Amino acid sequence: MEVKAHAEQHHIGIKVYFLVWFALTVLTGVTVWVSYIDFGLLNIVIALTVASVKAALVALFFMHLRHEDKVTWIFALYPLGLLALLIGLTISDVFYRVTP
Amino acid sequence: MEEIGIEHGHVHHIDPAVGYESSKLGMWLFLATELLLFGGLFAVYTIFRAKYPVLFEEQHHELNKTLGAANTVILIFSSLTMALGVASIQKGKRNLLSILLAITIICGVMFGINKYFEYTAKFEHHIYPSTSIFFALYYMMTGLHMLHVLVGVIILAVLLVLNIRGKFTEKYNAPIEIGGLYWHLVDLIWIYLFPLLYLIA
Repeated sequence: MEVKAHAEQHHIGIKVYFLVWFALTVLTGVTVWVSYIDFGLLNIVIALTVASVKAALVALFFMHLRHEDKVTWIFALYPLGLLALLIGLTISDVFYRVTP
Repeated sequence: MEEIGIEHGHVHHIDPAVGYESSKLGMWLFLATELLLFGGLFAVYTIFRAKYPVLFEEQHHELNKTLGAANTVILIFSSLTMALGVASIQKGKRNLLSILLAITIICGVMFGINKYFEYTAKFEHHIYPSTSIFFALYYMMTGLHMLHVLVGVIILAVLLVLNIRGKFTEKYNAPIEIGGLYWHLVDLIWIYLFPLLYLIA
């Protein structure tokens, strides 16, 4: 396996880390704020969307996923697929089961 | 490659670059299993919230939004200091890493203290896991997460001691990066727990 010795350690600028942190803090404020307004069903959609944006920021920048190779991306994404399967299929079972 | 191997003692037979890459990959694989561990609880949460929306809406008011939000801010800040720590040791700044690790650990401890106050306040109001399915899930999910914070703090403390002893350098710092990955996952899970438990509108 030919691996470039230390070129693998990509240096993300310090500025970027602070920007990501700032964005994460602002987004936390947004979720709290939105929770006080009644959007009906949209509330949960907004909450989960904001949470996912935050999670993506953490993974891409703090966890360096942005600079990782394909294998790491597969390792990072496949549990999300399994999770979707787990939650999706369980829900369809619970709510569409015909109880005698 | 030979000399670098000898330099790091314990990895003489492995190309350090390969060792670095594979240890990171191993951590990502472990994080995948962690995500699925919590995933089971998220599935249970989804089902019961869909079944009992009124109960979830009513009972979540018992939770302390302010403490929850404060803990979110603390964990996010600790993720920043962790990421900065990894960046600093990769540039060979060992003392800076020590400071940043210490701040990260303090944040983790503060998170735990807040959780202690939260739990004791709930107990005083006679709210236990057996109170309702909502609180059963609240205790289970935040409890399992708290356990991860605790483990994370212990790992970071060990890394701090090793770093003070001079174990990590610009060239050898994989344990810091891997410990950091674990800490970020703890943050990542809380990012979902906070709105799902504290902020049901």
